[in-house]
Amino acid sequence: MLHKHVDTEDMIRLAKMSSVCSHFVKPHNVHTLAYGSRYATEDIPKYKLPEKSAGAQATYQLIHDELELDGRPNMNLASFVHTWMEPEADKLIMENIGKNLSDQDEYPATMRIHARCISIIGDMWKAKGAIGTSTVGSSEAVLLGGLAMKKRWQAKMKALGKDASCPNIVMGNNAQVALEKFARYFDVECRLIPVTAESHYCLDIHKAAEACDENTIGVFVILGSTYTGHFEDVEGMSKELDRIQAEKGWDISIHVDAASGGFVAPFAFPKLKWSFDLPRVQSINTSGHKYGLAYAGIGWVLWRSEEYLPKELVFTLTYLGAEEQTFTLNFSRPACFMIGQYFNFVRLGKQGYTSIVQNDLDNARVLSIALEESTYFDVLSDVHRTKGVFGYGKKSGLDSIKGTIAGVMDSNPALPVVAFKLSDQFKTENPHVKQAAVSTLLRTRGWIVPNYALPPAMDKIEILRIVVRESFSQELVGTVVADLIWAAETLAASESEFDVDIFVRKRDPVADAHKLDPHEDHNRGPVGRQC
Amino acid sequence: MLHKHVDTEDMIRQAKLSPIRNHLARHHNINSLAYGSRYATEDIPRYKMPEHSTEAKAAYQLIHDELELDGRPNMNLASFVHTWMEAEADKLIVENISKNLSDQDEYPATMRIHARCISIIGDMWKAKGAVGTSTVGSSEAVLLGGLAMKKRWQAKMKALGKDTSCPNIVMGNNAQVALEKFARYFDVECRLIPVSAESHYCLDIHKAAEACDENTIGVFVILGSTYTGHFEDVEGMSKELDRIQEEKGWDIPIHVDAASGGFVAPFAFPKLKWSFDVPRVKSINTSGHKYGLVYAGIGWVLWKSEEFLPKELVFTLTYLGDVEQTYTLNFSRPACFMIGQYYNFVRLGRQGYTSIIQNDLDNARVLSMALEESTYFDVLSDMHRAKGVFGYGKRSNLETIKETLSGVTDCNPALPVVVFKLSDQFKADNPYVKQAAISTLLRTRGWIVPNYALPPAVDKIEILRIVVRESFSQELVETVVSDLVWAAESLAASESEFDVEILLRKHDPIADAHKLDDNHQEDSNHGHGRQC
Repeated sequence: MLHKHVDTEDMIRLAKMSSVCSHFVKPHNVHTLAYGSRYATEDIPKYKLPEKSAGAQATYQLIHDELELDGRPNMNLASFVHTWMEPEADKLIMENIGKNLSDQDEYPATMRIHARCISIIGDMWKAKGAIGTSTVGSSEAVLLGGLAMKKRWQAKMKALGKDASCPNIVMGNNAQVALEKFARYFDVECRLIPVTAESHYCLDIHKAAEACDENTIGVFVILGSTYTGHFEDVEGMSKELDRIQAEKGWDISIHVDAASGGFVAPFAFPKLKWSFDLPRVQSINTSGHKYGLAYAGIGWVLWRSEEYLPKELVFTLTYLGAEEQTFTLNFSRPACFMIGQYFNFVRLGKQGYTSIVQNDLDNARVLSIALEESTYFDVLSDVHRTKGVFGYGKKSGLDSIKGTIAGVMDSNPALPVVAFKLSDQFKTENPHVKQAAVSTLLRTRGWIVPNYALPPAMDKIEILRIVVRESFSQELVGTVVADLIWAAETLAASESEFDVDIFVRKRDPVADAHKLDPHEDHNRGPVGRQC
Repeated sequence: MLHKHVDTEDMIRQAKLSPIRNHLARHHNINSLAYGSRYATEDIPRYKMPEHSTEAKAAYQLIHDELELDGRPNMNLASFVHTWMEAEADKLIVENISKNLSDQDEYPATMRIHARCISIIGDMWKAKGAVGTSTVGSSEAVLLGGLAMKKRWQAKMKALGKDTSCPNIVMGNNAQVALEKFARYFDVECRLIPVSAESHYCLDIHKAAEACDENTIGVFVILGSTYTGHFEDVEGMSKELDRIQEEKGWDIPIHVDAASGGFVAPFAFPKLKWSFDVPRVKSINTSGHKYGLVYAGIGWVLWKSEEFLPKELVFTLTYLGDVEQTYTLNFSRPACFMIGQYYNFVRLGRQGYTSIIQNDLDNARVLSMALEESTYFDVLSDMHRAKGVFGYGKRSNLETIKETLSGVTDCNPALPVVVFKLSDQFKADNPYVKQAAISTLLRTRGWIVPNYALPPAVDKIEILRIVVRESFSQELVETVVSDLVWAAESLAASESEFDVEILLRKHDPIADAHKLDDNHQEDSNHGHGRQC
C-alpha cells in the first residue's frame, strides 16, 4: 500500500509520439459527452491535479468504468472479509455515510448505539462490566490490546522497582501481521513460537509457557489461525500460565486475537471456554467485518473491566463543554460501519448468527470430505474431524461423515476454513506437478484460491486455502470441488513439468513501479502475512 | 468513545413494574408491522443480542428512526470534518462500499487509484518521488509520521553508540490530541511549548528551538492550529533548526501536521513555503475529510522520499504469491473514501479546489469583519487582516475591508476559521454576562458554536470558534451574524447574571453511565487533550 511517485505517463507520451500512433489520433470532440470528451482523449489525471474542473457525471463514469477492473468478491475464496450486506443495511449505511464516529456531541444517537454494541459483545463474550471501543479493524484493536498489556506491565515493574526496558510478548509464528507490528512499532521483543504438525500448525502452549519470563507482558492467543482455521487452546494456555504463576510468581495475562473467531465461537461452540469466562483473558479483539458480517471498516476491542485499561492511555477530551474519553489510534472515522454492525445484531440475533455460521461450517465440512474422497488432496484443517481427532493421516469414513453432518458427532471447534494440499499419493504418482499450478488453473475459471507456505519451520508444506463465507453456497461448493478435480487431473495429464511460471499472473508493471525499491534487499523490512 | 457496560434496562424494568404502568400497558400486537410489532413494545435490544431474528425492514426502520436524533451537520459550525458530497460521488462510494483497501490482489484498479492519489498529493506538496499511504485519518497519519522519526533517531543514535532510551518530541501546547497520543503511546517525552498572544496562540519557534536537544526526534509543526486557524511558521522553524545544526550538529527533522491546512495552503497560498520545498520537512500528513472535501475516513501521510521511511517499519506481506508492502496501523479498511478523494481530484481539479477554498476564506473574512463592526466581539483569528498585521487591537476599517475583499491586499495565510470573544468593551459594560451563554443561546436557534478556553498559559481567555466550510454560504454568514448579535444583546438586556447553568445542555444520563468511572479522572497521569 505504500506507493512511490513514478511518472509512467512519460512512457505513454513517447508511445503516442511514435508514427504508428498517428493513425489513431482523432479530433478531440468525436467522443460522446457521457464519457467526458476531455478525458477520453486527454487521459484521466494520474500524477498531478488537473488544472480545470470536470463534469460530475463524466467524472463518475470514468472512475466507475476503471473500477470495473477490480475483482468480483464472491469468487474470492481467499479473504475473510465480508463483502455483502442486505439492501436495508446498505440504505442505512448511505444515510449515515457523512457521520463521524469521533464527534460525540453532534451524534448522540450514534453514540448510544456504540455503547449498546459494546454491551452486546461483552455479554456475548461472557463478561460483566466489560469496557471497550470500536476500531477500524482488528489491527488497530490488537495494537490497543498489546499497548494496554505493555503499560500494565511497565507499571507493575516500576512498582516493584525493577527494570522495565526489555518487555517481550509471546505468540505463535502463525500470527497475523498486526501482532508482529505491535511488537515492532511499540518496541517489544517478539518471541515467536514455531508451529508444528503436533501443535496443529498453531500455538504450542507448552513451548509458549517455556518462552515466558518476568519480562513477558502477555501472550497473544489466536482464535483461529488464519493459516488453517484451528483455534488455539486458550484454556490450556491459561492453565500453563497458572502453573507458572504458582511456580515463579509471574502473573502473565492473555490477549485473545479473535479477529476471525470472535463471532464464530459464541454461536457455533457456545460451550468452548476461550473468552472472559477464563480469568486470565484480559482483553479480546475481533473484526466486525469478518464473521460479524459487516463491511470492511469495523473492529472491536474489549477489556474485562476498567482496571485492565491503564488510565494513562485514556485521553479525556473537552469539546463543546462535553467530556469524552478515547483510547483509539484513529480519531475521526466513519460511523456507518458501526451502525451496520448494530443492524446485524438486531436483524440476525443469536438465531441468525448461529444459523449462518452453522451453515458455513457444514459447507466447509462437506467440502473437506469431498476433497478427501477425491484422493487427490490431503486436508490439513480439522474442522470436519470428530472432536479430538487431528491430522490428515486419519481420513473420514463414510459413517463418520454422515454422523458429522447430521450433527450426531461433535466436530473440532475451528473456523469454517478448509486448508488442503495435493495428497502424498498424488505427488508420488505425479512428481512433475507443482501445487501452485492448481491455484493458477482455478483462476482461469474465476476462483481465487491462494497457495502459500505454512509458517517458518513448516514452510516446506504448501497449502491451498478456502475460506467459507456466507456467500459460498452448497451450489458453489459442488462447482469448486469439480474445478479442483479438473485442475488436478489436467496437471496429472500434462506430460512434462507444468510450466507454472507462464501461468502465474505477471505483476502489473505500473503498480510495481510505484512500490518501494526492491533492490535494497539487505535492508529489507520484516515479513508478515495478511489474512 | 470508551463505553462501559451498564444495564439501564433494569431501571426501565422497575418503572414498568410500577402500578401506574398497568393503565398504559397494551397488547403486543396492536402496533403496525412496518415498525416491527415485536420491538415497538418489547424495546430494541440494548445490552444483549436478541435471541431471534427480525425482518430486515423492521430492523432498518427502528435504527433509522433512532438515528434521526443525531445532529444535522450543516449547522454544526464546530467541526472541520466534511459532511457533504455530490450525488455522483455518493453513487461511486456505495458501489465500492464493500471493497477492502488492504486486499491489493483482489482490487488492482483500486490500488492504481491509490498510487495516483499519492502522486497527486506529492506533486501538490512540491515533492519529487514522495512515498506514502492513505490512512483512516490524520491521527493514524501523525502516529506513523512520529514513529518514523523515532526509529530514524534511534538508528542514528545507535550508529553513534549513544543512548536511545530518552527520546523527546517538541510541539506547541495547542497540538491536537493525536500528537500528544503519539508521545504517550510510543514512549516519547512530550515537550509542550506554551503558546502566547505574541506567538499568535500557536508554536513559538524560538522557545521550540530552545527546547531541542540531541534526544529530540523531531518537531511537530501544525498547519494550522485548531484553536485559532493560524498557520505555524514552518519556514521560520526550519531556519531555527538550521542554526541549531550549525551550532550543535543536531540534525532535527520537521513533521508538518497539515490535517486542516494540507488542502488549503496549496490552493489559497501557493507561494507559502511550508511543504517539501523546505528541505527540513521530511513528512506531512493531512485529512482528506477536512478541506480535501471527502467524508470522514480518509487521511494521508507522505515522506519526502524512501530514505526517510525506516525499512524496519515497512512490512512486506506475501499473499497469493504477490508481494505487498504496508506501513499502516490499520489493515483491512474501507476503500470507498479513498475513491471519493480521487473523485474530487478529477472532478474539481486545481480550479475547483481553489475556488471553493477562496470562497471559504472570503466568507470567513466577511464574518470576521462583521463581528468586529458590531463592536460586541473581538476577533482573535487573523485571516482577515493584511499580511503581517496581527492581534485584535487593530480593527479593520471600511477601506481595508474593501481592499481585502477585492483582493488588493494580501491577507495572513490561515485556515478559514473565525475565532472571537466578547469584546473588552462589551464585558466592561456588561460584567455579569458569561460568554458560554452565547453558545447556549445559539443552540436554541440550531447553531453549534463551541465556547472553550485557549491552551494552558493563555487559558484565561475563552473563545468562540466558527469553522467555515463549503456548505456555509454567504446567506448563512448573515444569519449567524444576526443571531450572534441577538444573543449578545439578549444577554446585555437581561438584568441579572444570566443563569448559564440552566440553559447548558445537561449530560445524557445513559451516555454518562457508560463512561469510565469519573472518580479516576483526576489521576495525575491521566491524559488530557483536545479534538479539532
